[in-house]
Amino acid sequence: MRKPRLGVWKFSSCDGCQLSLLDCEDELLAVAGAIDIAYFPEATRKDDDGGRYDIAFVEGSVTTPHEAELIRDVRQRADTLITLGACATSGGIQALKNGADVTDFIAAVYAHPDFIDTLDTATPISDHVKVDFELRGCPISKPHLIELVAATLAGRAPQTPAHSVCYECKLAGHVCVMVAEGKPCLGPVTHAGCGALCPGYARGCYGCFGPKETPNTAALAARLAGNGADKRQIHRLFSTFNTNAPEFREEAKAHE
Amino acid sequence: MSGAAAKAGPVVIDAGGFDALIAALAAEGREVLGPVKRDGAIVYDAISGQGDLPKGWVDEQSGGHYRLSREGEAYFGATLGPQGWKRVLHPPQQRLWRTEGTGENTGIIAEPLDTAKRAFIGVRACDLAAIAVQDKVLTEGLYKDPHYAARRENLFIVAVNCTRSAATCFCTSMGTGPKADKGYDIALTELEGGRFLAEAGSAAGEARLAALPSAPATDAQAREAEAGIAQAAAQQRRIDTDGLPELLKERPDHPRWSEVAQRCLNCANCTLVCPTCFCTTTDEVTALDGPETERVNRWGSCFTMDFSHVHGGAVRKGAKSRYRQWMTHKLGTWVDQFGEMGCVGCGRCISWCPVGIDITEEAAALRGSGG
Ligand code: SF4
Ligand code: SF4
Ligand code: SF4
Ligand code: SF4
Repeated sequence: MRKPRLGVWKFSSCDGCQLSLLDCEDELLAVAGAIDIAYFPEATRKDDDGGRYDIAFVEGSVTTPHEAELIRDVRQRADTLITLGACATSGGIQALKNGADVTDFIAAVYAHPDFIDTLDTATPISDHVKVDFELRGCPISKPHLIELVAATLAGRAPQTPAHSVCYECKLAGHVCVMVAEGKPCLGPVTHAGCGALCPGYARGCYGCFGPKETPNTAALAARLAGNGADKRQIHRLFSTFNTNAPEFREEAKAHE
Repeated sequence: MSGAAAKAGPVVIDAGGFDALIAALAAEGREVLGPVKRDGAIVYDAISGQGDLPKGWVDEQSGGHYRLSREGEAYFGATLGPQGWKRVLHPPQQRLWRTEGTGENTGIIAEPLDTAKRAFIGVRACDLAAIAVQDKVLTEGLYKDPHYAARRENLFIVAVNCTRSAATCFCTSMGTGPKADKGYDIALTELEGGRFLAEAGSAAGEARLAALPSAPATDAQAREAEAGIAQAAAQQRRIDTDGLPELLKERPDHPRWSEVAQRCLNCANCTLVCPTCFCTTTDEVTALDGPETERVNRWGSCFTMDFSHVHGGAVRKGAKSRYRQWMTHKLGTWVDQFGEMGCVGCGRCISWCPVGIDITEEAAALRGSGG
């Protein structure tokens, strides 16, 4: 049987998700015989040969005209396109520029703004092409990634439940920081996957994995206000790594 | 443990007697678990004597709110923490089997039963009732859970009668507490000055008690214990269960369901902290590099989409149908299934709901006609 060809592409992102992929080195060595890693600039020197790929992993969001074109090209050459992480899935932290004046940012940051060719928005891959599966997280979780690879090779759907972080928090046996300490926590509206990492360190959830299935952000925001958070704090809470995920964006807007 | 009901009268033991009891249980090869203070709450963990208990702490609980504070000198002043004994008896994850080898030579290896001997110290009446509810569901029906049964088999229970309730407790309404009446080996009631009135509930408990340094309880001590329990009963909230199962089943379209759905996060905390919720789902865990696979039972919850997923999608798509399913099961259809209610009145779902949705308040509202 021919080995499936895998390619890994980077768009606008911090490389963290690709590093998570590299961090799975030991586990991935086990499948090195089963897949052909044909393009992975973070790990090898091989160039994209312009051919077809069975699986394309895509990290990052679309923020330049060049990226908007490249993603169409990748989609056309890939049988299965899987996005990795919050940038690719919702636009990432860079989507904070959406709705703001980008010319101002560019003038403030770069010595030669005329060299910068950027779009006004950072958008998820799914705004541009059809995506077969979105792996959540900022960055993605290692167990999720391994499950995704195992499931893809076995030809089955990956088990990455879309329920709340609270669910994982209770499985882990953490004491709820919102109930026992009154700390703001996005766990009740956030997609599981991290294993309730932050509550395990006595912090509220930051929402790295984006909105969960059927999130009730308005009810959570009302409770956060009841616990003493002001408008600005609630706005900020929903405006981080998944600021452009529709449910978080709308909730942030309601507290402007 | 089982055995004939005890005949000896109550005795009084002091803190030294309590330590002797823990030591004797440990000497039998038991893992001894009891309440300890951790991360601002009461959790159950290994204890080796009264020094590990949260002495001088009490809990303040209300909807979505839990705090511990210093008050008095009682060892068992703080009532319930977020999770009960279900964590041990019916754990969040339980491997059922795994495979070895490939093709014709594939072997299915069942997970060995957990035959460790344990002792639970400080089980409240509501949690005893919850264990009895899970016994019925997991060991007495058509489909028995051998893992649960094995853990249950080797368990010694030291109950503690409550002399103080949290404001979220409603065991009196549910007829489950605050005094333990069955299902324990030894029951303690804390008296002033760090002493305990102790009663045996089984032959094993009686034998253990007989070996401890103790004195027969005086009438005054027995009265003190009863007064403490009566005080706990008076501190609680109430729920009117009269005709409730029928009422819930007759009112699937009551406007209150839509109203509570506005507030519910469908986060699943209520089901995961509930000591009677028994649902599980199964995960298949496949190895990356080989044919090995294992099947793992994991706590399930009717507040997720997966729970009601059938061909074509989830049947219960929103919080309205999910909250209605949960509450109607707890207080209604559980009676048809198992002959009793699935709620023991521990109040955990009230305190640990991040937005403080209160099952007693919802039940009261459903009796009325409004939203
Ligand atoms: S700490 Fe956060 S994630 Fe954990 S149960 Fe509480 S609200 Fe949910
Ligand atoms: S519900 Fe009753 S038995 Fe349970 S902790 Fe409260 S007072 Fe004690
Ligand atoms: S009732 Fe409370 S704990 Fe239960 S799912 Fe709704 S918000 Fe979460
Ligand atoms: S439904 Fe709530 S009060 Fe009743 S047993 Fe479950 S957690 Fe306790």
